[in-house]
Amino acid sequence: MNKYRADLHIHTVLSPCGDLVMSPTNIIEKAREKGLDIIGITDHNTTRHCKLISKLAEPAGIFVLMGAEVTTREEVHCLTFFENDEKLSEFQTYLEKHLPPIPNNTEKFGYQVVVDEDEQIIDEIEFLLLSALDESIEQIEHKVHSLGGIIIPAHIDRPSYSIISQLGFIPSDLMIDGIEISANCKVASVMPFLAKHRDKTIIRNSDAHYEENIGKAFSVFEMEHRSFSEVKLALQGIEGRKVTIA
Amino acid sequence: MQVKDIIAILDLKVFGGSQGLDNEITGGYTSDLLSDVMGFADNGKIWITLQTHKNVIAIASLKDLAAVILIKGNEPDADMLAQAKEEGIPVLGSNEEAFEITGRLYNLITR
Repeated sequence: MNKYRADLHIHTVLSPCGDLVMSPTNIIEKAREKGLDIIGITDHNTTRHCKLISKLAEPAGIFVLMGAEVTTREEVHCLTFFENDEKLSEFQTYLEKHLPPIPNNTEKFGYQVVVDEDEQIIDEIEFLLLSALDESIEQIEHKVHSLGGIIIPAHIDRPSYSIISQLGFIPSDLMIDGIEISANCKVASVMPFLAKHRDKTIIRNSDAHYEENIGKAFSVFEMEHRSFSEVKLALQGIEGRKVTIA
Repeated sequence: MQVKDIIAILDLKVFGGSQGLDNEITGGYTSDLLSDVMGFADNGKIWITLQTHKNVIAIASLKDLAAVILIKGNEPDADMLAQAKEEGIPVLGSNEEAFEITGRLYNLITR
């Protein structure tokens, strides 16, 4: 088994709240500086920077989990990840279908721009990515799993946009692949709300919107090698694989 | 005042959980954060919300609330309704927004 340092919750400049310096190139540079082996690219309700970052990260020796931080109808944030470009594209289509057509106000929320590897803006997303999708957490869970993906409720300890703030506790029959807590959260503080999910793997990430926060919190994945399926097995704790947090 | 007494006056639809229509109403609580309701709503209150998730019923049951009113024409998710019927917690529906239905309920029960 090998140990890999992973920060699976990083926003890019595409998220309206993501800093303008969070370009694909800069994120990889910073991740390398921080000694991260795996990064998760999770913009709000969009996956459109994932493929480029994945491509650019390969020569840098960083493995990218491609996905999005979705906002469910209940306003619960969840991390989602997909194995390949094809599955990711299908999920992107689903996101675009279910994002309400509320225009972004760039002055209030910030820019939502797609850039290329030379940091040139190639597209701007018209609709506000911070809106909630018109699908319930269960419907989104079904969609993610129908595509073989991973879904993890994000920063469950936070007083807003978390499964605990919005739904009081984690529904016992919700099929989740792990639980994310934020940088400074103590595990004991969330245990009472996990209900039947106390056996789930807990991960900790940075939720970086600014480059100085990349890698500020991370989880250590112990597994055979770096791949989507190994990450899945590590979250399930299969055959000696595991995830530990500081 | 019982839950059944406000249905006609407030023009509410009964989705399910009618076993609880005799529940006594002590007041109301308007909130869409389930963690907030879990922490602060007292028993006997009517909960006004737009959330249609099944955890609504779990929390209404835990806090011994009199009934739930869904606003803006929202309908309960299928599993929420099933659980409401099982637990006997009335799930009611209004076409009004939270502000209007809360105001009318307030006038009705504090009069």
